[in-house]
Amino acid sequence: MKPRSITLTVNGAKRTAAAEPRVTLLDFLRGPLGVTGAHMGCEHGVCGACSVLVEGEPVRACLMFAVQAAGKAVTTVEGLAGSDGEPSPLQEAFRDAHGLQCGYCTPGMLIAAQALLDENPDPDEADIREAIGGNICRCTGYVQIIEAIKLAAENLREAAQ
Amino acid sequence: MKPAPFDYFAAASADDAVRLLAEHGDEALILAGGQSLVPMMNMRLARPSVLIDINDCDEMKFMAADGDGFAIGAGTRQKDILKSAETCTAVPLLLKALAFVGHVQTRNRGTLGGSIAHGDPSAEMPLVAVTLDAAISLRTSNGERTIAASEFYSGPMSTERAPDECLMAVSFPLSTGAGTGFHEVSERHGDFAIVSAAAEINLDAGGKCASAAIGIGGAHPHPVKALKAEAILVGEAPSDALIEAAAEAATDGIEAMDDVHATGAYRMRVARVLAARAISDALAEAGL
Amino acid sequence: MISQAPNTRYVARKRRTQEDKRFVTGRGVFVQDIERPGMLHVAALPCPYPRARINNIDFSAALAMPGVHAVLDGAELAAATNPLYGGLKTPGVKWRPLAFELSRYAGEWVAAVAADSRAIAEDAMELIEVDYTPTDPVIDPEEAYQAGSPQVHPEHGSNVLYDGEFTWGPVDDDFAAADHSLSFRARWHRSSTVPIETFGAVAEWDEGKGILDVWASIQMPNYADQIAGAMGIPLNAVRVHQDVDVGGSYGVKRGIKHTVLIGYLSRKLERPIRLIEDRLDNMGGGDAHGPDRIFDTQVAYNADGMIKSLKIRALDDAGAYPGRGPFQLGKPIAAIVGPYTINSVHYEAISVTTNKTGQVPVRGFGQAPTNYMLERAVDKVAAALGMDRIEIRRRNFIQPDQFPYEQPSGTKYDSGNYPAVMDKVLALANFDALCARRDEIRSEGRLAGIGVATCLEPGGGNNMFEYLMNPAAEITTFMEGAEARIDGEGCITGVMATTTSGQGHETLVATILGEELGREPDDIRVIHADTLTAMPTRSPVASRMAIMLGGAITGAAAKLKAQIMAIAAHNLETPLDQLEYSGGDVSVRNDPSRKLTWNEICYIAHKQYHRLPEGAAPGLQAQHVWQVPLGGQLPDADGKVQLYPCFSFQAHIPLVEIDPGTGKVTLLEYFIAHDCGTVINPDIVRGMILGGIAHGIGAALYEKFEYAPDGQFLSATFADYLMPSTFEVPLVKDTEHCTPSPLTSHGQKGSGEGGYLGGPAAVASAVNDALSPRGLEIDQLPMRMSLIEELLNGTP
Repeated sequence: MKPRSITLTVNGAKRTAAAEPRVTLLDFLRGPLGVTGAHMGCEHGVCGACSVLVEGEPVRACLMFAVQAAGKAVTTVEGLAGSDGEPSPLQEAFRDAHGLQCGYCTPGMLIAAQALLDENPDPDEADIREAIGGNICRCTGYVQIIEAIKLAAENLREAAQ
Repeated sequence: MKPAPFDYFAAASADDAVRLLAEHGDEALILAGGQSLVPMMNMRLARPSVLIDINDCDEMKFMAADGDGFAIGAGTRQKDILKSAETCTAVPLLLKALAFVGHVQTRNRGTLGGSIAHGDPSAEMPLVAVTLDAAISLRTSNGERTIAASEFYSGPMSTERAPDECLMAVSFPLSTGAGTGFHEVSERHGDFAIVSAAAEINLDAGGKCASAAIGIGGAHPHPVKALKAEAILVGEAPSDALIEAAAEAATDGIEAMDDVHATGAYRMRVARVLAARAISDALAEAGL
Repeated sequence: MISQAPNTRYVARKRRTQEDKRFVTGRGVFVQDIERPGMLHVAALPCPYPRARINNIDFSAALAMPGVHAVLDGAELAAATNPLYGGLKTPGVKWRPLAFELSRYAGEWVAAVAADSRAIAEDAMELIEVDYTPTDPVIDPEEAYQAGSPQVHPEHGSNVLYDGEFTWGPVDDDFAAADHSLSFRARWHRSSTVPIETFGAVAEWDEGKGILDVWASIQMPNYADQIAGAMGIPLNAVRVHQDVDVGGSYGVKRGIKHTVLIGYLSRKLERPIRLIEDRLDNMGGGDAHGPDRIFDTQVAYNADGMIKSLKIRALDDAGAYPGRGPFQLGKPIAAIVGPYTINSVHYEAISVTTNKTGQVPVRGFGQAPTNYMLERAVDKVAAALGMDRIEIRRRNFIQPDQFPYEQPSGTKYDSGNYPAVMDKVLALANFDALCARRDEIRSEGRLAGIGVATCLEPGGGNNMFEYLMNPAAEITTFMEGAEARIDGEGCITGVMATTTSGQGHETLVATILGEELGREPDDIRVIHADTLTAMPTRSPVASRMAIMLGGAITGAAAKLKAQIMAIAAHNLETPLDQLEYSGGDVSVRNDPSRKLTWNEICYIAHKQYHRLPEGAAPGLQAQHVWQVPLGGQLPDADGKVQLYPCFSFQAHIPLVEIDPGTGKVTLLEYFIAHDCGTVINPDIVRGMILGGIAHGIGAALYEKFEYAPDGQFLSATFADYLMPSTFEVPLVKDTEHCTPSPLTSHGQKGSGEGGYLGGPAAVASAVNDALSPRGLEIDQLPMRMSLIEELLNGTP
């Protein structure tokens, strides 16, 4: 099928490129748009490495076609940093707690965690597990990820006071 | 793992969707949340040449009381159902089942109608629909019909929906005063069930079962309403023996499948275990 | 908690890693992020049959499709390249990137398409018509071992790739003298590490320079050598860019066949070629499965619980193509008696080929299955004697004063304090309370169990298992090289020689360089040389990088420091023994006012030849290649030899509950104490251990590559191959002990594998403890809930 022009907002900037309807949002971001933060892990919606926010909600970018995201606001891991380009409190907490190893699932974890903290500034362990339950990490055994998200929540609450 | 080529139409309305379906017939599929369809397309196990996207059809996203029932639009997302206090009160079994459905990311896209229409034998939403015998409305460009959920499924991912029909809404009977129970087992939380059981029971003033709806998922090629188990319960005063008898009867007529996760024999045994748990929960909640 | 904090500034101190910043900001550069101008994309066509003769491949329609640049079949590739490396002496076994004449497993690649996009390549793939004649496969490894079974490689003449026997010590005497013996079978089913990033590679042939550039998600020794060997080009015509971030590996990222395939296509088309496995490729056709092993074990023991001798027969299913996989039967010889004073061992190791995906090295290189078997043996002896599972381990432990301890196969364990580590895990678990909790669950009619398992983690590598299994491989080096430079402005750069897949090597190098030179590690840059500029390496396998790269960079730092001191001595006109080095500055001990600063010394080194000591080269740079400690010897006359230098130790205690109605296992608690000597970066080591445990939980309960009896592969997706999510892995609680290794630069040992070596054994121990009140036992992994439920409730 013919490529069609698709315009969406990625990390705050309007971006346009052409793609066939069969191109997933993940491949569209990573290919024509060159936004490579979201990662391809399984392409069947299980691993969560491709998680991005669409209109503020985490979704699997491998299970959505780019054409469906036309006109929508998409946030990838690159968009989590502050306007000064410095890592966000969540990203800093992942560094402090070493909530990662190889870095491959990390963008999806951060997206899932960001969505959680946006809704719930004081998540308990069960909330965190639920929020990242759809993201498989093969390196960490999740402990330091959970610690990182707890730390981020604490730091954000302190900063808000 | 890239989908075969297809043409794409975003339906602006339900009418638009059924018109497109009429136009493209057998080759078209409705794209709702896409959480089951798109993986199959990525693997080229599904290869529609036309996709009709109903995600922008706001009229298909609703939850509202509807006479004796509570109707949910096919395009309603699972996350919105979870957040709807009204739905949780009207159809509490749905809420319990949704706790087992996928993950945050899939519930943000996944829809009720998509899950019902896809008809995975292990999926939770079809089991709830069959258990409660919800009314499923289907529309073509020529009109609309309603089919009972217990009549809707014919096999794994196989339903009575005609190729030109679009699933519009599912109407669940109101669960006034009922107790509910939902149990399933999967290796990992959030996966499709290996086997599952649902129950909704009303007790009468004398403490006897006034009505009972029992269903089993994951065992048979499609979700099954356990009529024999229901009959055993209705009119009787609950007891451990009664629960056991009903659970034992819950697999009546089921021909359980073997697969990579479990044998059919496992599914039969565990279906009875989970049925007993679901019935016990429902009875406890109903005020026993 | 660090029990014996060394006197260090940076080593063993909690510090952020160097790598994490780029990963949390989405700036990692993985192979899928590599774009080359004019790059084409490859998809490979899997064979649908477990075993089939390929009569003809017609790809004319695929080639005619717009956007398709080439279609390659096995015949063309076999004519143009050499078979891929196989480590064993297995004449007639030829492993090729694309099946040639005979396809040997369902999923094996038979043709490949290079096209403008992966989607087009997949479209074209569907147009390839292959005429197959399916033939009977052999799937069951025991059947494969029998003469007369269908032959996977007919030219080899049998399905046996290796069948070797070893006897260490007086096994028959020990069995005869022992009070009791028992025997059992333990089954470790096929699983793997399954990184979230699949394997991928980009190859670009430069005809002008005669160089093949490769970017790959790789973790293996001799990758460039194997590419060059298969392509028939000189080794210095292959340049692997080792600064590509690797999205997890744990042993399996060895896409040699993928790389030869695209290397050939790149040379043929003179275009950059990219092959990124999709998940179906990865699971079914990527040749990345792990050990698949049957143990038949006999144990001789006395009434006091002392285990005297073992007879082990290990039959391993290597799948269709043995690369380095079968050597996973050899490495466990390094710790064949575990942490116990077992006096003698008979070991028969058998590797067979079957019509399944090929086997590659997996975390621990065969040690996880062997440790699982060994710990089952200890639990069984305890049960037979009615003895406590902790007490029996204590009695059999090698004691702290026995190190270095030579175990029967000739390997000396360097150091350890096993009773102390056991004490720590029991304290951490509050063991009595944990037992009370288990008993309370049991008293409510439910099933609960506590697991007890220990493991040794051999670290450092050493190739001697290869020699033991194939004496033609007289290879006694297992070195690691590194380079360090200080520029004229005083900035330090460490150069490592290999790739990283999450282990934090940049942090390791910066921390040790910083420690040795007294400079801030965060200011030290660490880079990955490509294979044409790198020092010799054996890659990040064998739990060896803290030991080996640590040793190499320590050596380079020492050389740099010597150069600095020589410059200072010359300019301060003071003998070396009267100088003090502090934080990079050098002063005269008795007159601190006479000093040279770091910046002055670096300036002199780079800019002022007239101020350099006679014979000194300008600049500050040093290379160091370190041979593995205790390595370098061939076996003695009795066949005894050192395998691996360093031995870490762990003790695991999980608590599980089993739902008797469904068989579902829930991990309620998990405690671990570990001793890997000096920890370089505490967060990294902790992450390795916790991650290894999660991986072990997967192998113990969920993960299995399932084949139907007819050879069809049933676990090609993440809906069928189940890796633990956050719902399945508890918050593991950890503590550590430090027994430094006497063999390494800072007392460090390996830590990347132990969680996975002990985890499966520990979970198995817990599940069996839970089943024990019903008199039931399960001796296979994974212990899926359907299996457990069948035991509990099935018809006997």
